[in-house]
Amino acid sequence: MQASTKVTQRRALAASGHEVTILAFAGDISSASKEAILGAYQALDGAAGKVLLNFAGVEYINSSGIAIIIQVLLEAQKAGSRSIGIFGLSAHFQKVFTMVGITKYAALYPDETASLAVL
Amino acid sequence: MSEGRLVQVNLPSELGYEKVAMSTAASVAKLMGFSQDRIDDLKTAVAEACINAMEHGNELNSALSVGVVLSTSVDQLEVRVIDEGAGLSAAPPTPDIDLKISGEQDPRGLGMFLIQSLVDEAEWYKGPPGKSYVRLVIRLNKEEC
Repeated sequence: MQASTKVTQRRALAASGHEVTILAFAGDISSASKEAILGAYQALDGAAGKVLLNFAGVEYINSSGIAIIIQVLLEAQKAGSRSIGIFGLSAHFQKVFTMVGITKYAALYPDETASLAVL
Repeated sequence: MSEGRLVQVNLPSELGYEKVAMSTAASVAKLMGFSQDRIDDLKTAVAEACINAMEHGNELNSALSVGVVLSTSVDQLEVRVIDEGAGLSAAPPTPDIDLKISGEQDPRGLGMFLIQSLVDEAEWYKGPPGKSYVRLVIRLNKEEC
């Protein structure tokens, strides 16, 4: 009875002039989200060098959901040149992501504007 | 809110139902005067304890229940999450993000770490079937009392 995760994709232009791919999540992120999130990530154009994960529409994240985000970071590390940023997390989940160590591999930004300003 | 109140919820061992326990714990904590950031910590800890009980304790057998018992006192909220399994046999390794990113450690296995990090006390008790539980405590700060 886990709720589903909706993933949408779009592109935006960063202040640096680089094109950024934004994956926006909505709903719950749990063990049931693996196909939606990893599938969307793996379907990205290989040339996408900068990817932002938007959590603004996420209502619930549990440890299995965080593990899926870690798998995205693992794949980005394997790809070598791809950088991942995260925005739209609540203050609580910014704290949780920091505790887990995700901030070592993905920068956290408060919102899309702040992330595009520095990418 | 008067002290010494007991609230009990029984959940089927089906992922997703942990949110019922989260909402109940949040409502009780709010009545006690906990701040929103402590309530958010408690919600995550309770959800993770319920998920562990469903997955590892009751092996996702939806015929088995996970019991959640919330007990209030003047300065703390205690939550017991009870499953019908044999209890924790061995603690998972401490999560290491570098090992997870390098593929040397399973990306999962974060639940116990989050529980221990987010509440003031977390203890796992091993007992006969129906008697294994995790006990979580969050305490009110002096400013919240």
